[in-house]
Amino acid sequence: MTGLPISVITLSTGLGLILIGLWGLLTQRNIIRMIVGFSLLDTGIHMVMVSIGYVTGGTAPIIDATVPAAQAAARVVDPVPSALVLTAIVIGLGVTAVMLSFAVRIHQTKKTLDIEECTESRW
Amino acid sequence: MIKRLFIFLVLIMTAVIFLDLAVNYRENVSLSPLGYYYADAGPGELGAANLVTAVVVTYRGLDTLGEVTVLFISAAGVGLLLRRERKSGSGDGDGGDAVMSRHRPSSEIVETATELLLPMVILFGIYVFLNGHLSPGGGFQGGAIIASGTMFLLLALPESHISRLLISIIESLSGFGYVVVGVLGVMLAGGFLDNRIMSLGTFGSLFSAGAIPLIYIFIGLKVGFELSAVLDRFREDTDRS
Repeated sequence: MTGLPISVITLSTGLGLILIGLWGLLTQRNIIRMIVGFSLLDTGIHMVMVSIGYVTGGTAPIIDATVPAAQAAARVVDPVPSALVLTAIVIGLGVTAVMLSFAVRIHQTKKTLDIEECTESRW
Repeated sequence: MIKRLFIFLVLIMTAVIFLDLAVNYRENVSLSPLGYYYADAGPGELGAANLVTAVVVTYRGLDTLGEVTVLFISAAGVGLLLRRERKSGSGDGDGGDAVMSRHRPSSEIVETATELLLPMVILFGIYVFLNGHLSPGGGFQGGAIIASGTMFLLLALPESHISRLLISIIESLSGFGYVVVGVLGVMLAGGFLDNRIMSLGTFGSLFSAGAIPLIYIFIGLKVGFELSAVLDRFREDTDRS
């Protein structure tokens, strides 16, 4: 028994982060805390995606002296999930920036960050 | 009370959905067919040592163009939401001195450290996006490092002025350059954003992998200046309120 494999650890951490983030999104009333919850959810999903792409004993998909091109396919982890996560991180950043500017705007007009005060779009 | 119950239920259901993934998870012992193709043929086909870069910039280049567009739209959205209203406020467009002087000047240590470190931070950002096809890193990471340099500058010298015009010119030109390189790929090589419009060069050297370094320079500049503009917007906004 050599302990848990690294991919299982990152996968379960990612799942935990997803649940914590979702809990934060649903229970918190402060907009900034909801945004923090969203970021946690986002990060959790990225970790799950990267761990799904892991290959046992694989190394970073970069060809150099230790990973010659001829052996690349046998020794690297899947580059596709890594590339997708790279895209997802950037888009998550953009979404977070827009959410934060909404929060700034709401604070300016209502002088509060409580989501319960935003009753206009309630049904 | 009923709301809490619902929240609890949603969390339990999400956990159940993902539990299946977690319990039945087995580490892959080999690459997926697509990943195998990219890892096997990628180095010879595109000449990029970093396979993730090959996937991001060339094989999935269209996605990356979409990603850059999303980032651009979100930067534009931040600009729209946090735009300065000229009617209210002190009246002069460049942010009144009365507003600016409310800042407590940062300590000499912070200012000196910024002057010392800022060129290095920016140089490191440029290094990261120039070497995106060889080492971990790339346009987005390098751009983020450059933007963190801007953040540093704004923290240490809040009164420093960042030219909005320069930012928009560089941003538009690099976005335009990216699309032009993509269209050149259609005309000179195999398809949109094909990197083989330039010679592939020696594998593993700085000037290799065809158009990938060029595209990453464009992306790095675009992302760096875009994020700097976003930071600048947030800075101005805290001045106003």
